[in-house]
Amino acid sequence: MTARAERMRGWGFVAPALIWTLAFFVVPFLVMGAMSLATLEGRTLVWGVSLANYAELTEKAYLWRAILVSLEITLTVTVVSVLLAYPLASIIAFRVPPRWQRLALLLAILPFWTSYVVRSYAWLLVLAREGVVNQALLGLGLLSEPVTLANTRFATVTGFVHFFVMLLTLTIYANLIQLSPNYRRAATDLGASAFQTFCHVTLPLALPGIVTGAFLTFVLCIGDYVTPQILGGNTELTVPQVIMVQLGRRADFPLASALAIVLMGIVTLAYLASARWLRLDRL
Amino acid sequence: MIRLLPWLYLAAAFAFIYLPVGALVLFSFQAGNLPVPPFNGPSTRWYADVLADDDLTGALANSLLVALGSSAVAVSLGFGAAYGLARHVLPGSALLRGLLIAPLTVSYLIVGLGLLIVLTRAGLGLSLWTAAIGHVVINLPLAFAILYASMGAQQVNAERAARDLGADEARVVLLVTVPMLMPAIAAAFFLSVTLSWDEFIIAFLLTRFDVTLPVEIWSMLRSGLSPRLNAIGSLVFLVSVTAVVILETLVFRKRRP
Repeated sequence: MTARAERMRGWGFVAPALIWTLAFFVVPFLVMGAMSLATLEGRTLVWGVSLANYAELTEKAYLWRAILVSLEITLTVTVVSVLLAYPLASIIAFRVPPRWQRLALLLAILPFWTSYVVRSYAWLLVLAREGVVNQALLGLGLLSEPVTLANTRFATVTGFVHFFVMLLTLTIYANLIQLSPNYRRAATDLGASAFQTFCHVTLPLALPGIVTGAFLTFVLCIGDYVTPQILGGNTELTVPQVIMVQLGRRADFPLASALAIVLMGIVTLAYLASARWLRLDRL
Repeated sequence: MIRLLPWLYLAAAFAFIYLPVGALVLFSFQAGNLPVPPFNGPSTRWYADVLADDDLTGALANSLLVALGSSAVAVSLGFGAAYGLARHVLPGSALLRGLLIAPLTVSYLIVGLGLLIVLTRAGLGLSLWTAAIGHVVINLPLAFAILYASMGAQQVNAERAARDLGADEARVVLLVTVPMLMPAIAAAFFLSVTLSWDEFIIAFLLTRFDVTLPVEIWSMLRSGLSPRLNAIGSLVFLVSVTAVVILETLVFRKRRP
């Protein structure tokens, strides 16, 4: 078989996947980019190269506010999730006997196989005024009347943290389990306290796992529509929620596209900020 | 006390992790009309109610159809690309791999938005087909990555032997490569089915009248807390866990041949 025929055969295998990706991913993506530069006059779309949509983001308070709300929620969720997940991963990696570790991780993942929409609903159930948390606190006499937990930013953050603690526990555990116990032993032998060992030995070595998990958390959290929509109520909107509003009521595709591009820009910045420690190939 | 602290933390973490799904399943057996304490049951009336609901069972069938169909397409295309790139020398293969993986780096909302714009511009109607197209876009990179990683040197020799014995390319692929890669193909397929089955935002943007289960559940949410939602949620949980157990045993079998 000639090299040419052999290459043609190779293309034959790759072509269907390639055409699919070009037609249904690359082209739509480019059209979305072009759409973000178009404008809406009345209800008719005018193609062109205009930065009006991007200018609108800084001029209209509710759009700018959505970007800030998204960033605040995402950063809170990322920090809280890391702080809660690290001890959990560390306990599973260092305290739980090796033969039980896999089971512990499997049990930690199991509840997340409920439907993604149902998971947020389940938190609504727990946090509602008549829900489990309020009833338990009332029953224990810790509260005299129910508090509003659902439909607040607290609820959104709780729903997110619940999911991302699981995700981060996995990435941090995967990192910790690869560390030789000799490093920590050596530090102890050289007279380091438990705290010093943690700060100067374990934590720096665990950083790739933490940063990889935190990056994934950031990306998935900032792009999510379901959790804030179900749990957050309508007092403040995140960027994905505003995108959906533009698509629905107003059919303002240019503005929605510009917001999507901004979202991607933020994700790219997060990537650049964490690229040094990222180990995405290890997932 | 200090010694106990890690175990207390572990117990608290698991309580937090299981709190919502516990409440979900418990109150799916509620006899009354509100899925909140006090628990009065057990009763299976909401399961009966849910299974008798034609909209829900229709959506469930749609979800299965979209999940199985889109996964079959994603795995076939992913297999072709993995085979082509692993066995043939192609110019720019690193670029091709990057292009095929690219959809993984973009959030589902943006994938859905892009497709929605193109489809409405092209004047095509939204249906289960368009949702399935979107699901292939997000699952193809995963299927490709899994299959490309599993195309090892051990199959090359078997493929060469088959060729020497006179098999044409189609027979080599179907009778040698596919059977040897079956665990990886099955793993990619089940992972793809689970992700498509649970996917919401693309299905929400790209369907209109016939919808998938997550979209139907979404529209039920508008009427607030209801044990019906608990029942349907618990059923979805059961199906997903079953799929995960199948996936897990397949992956295990691959690791320990």
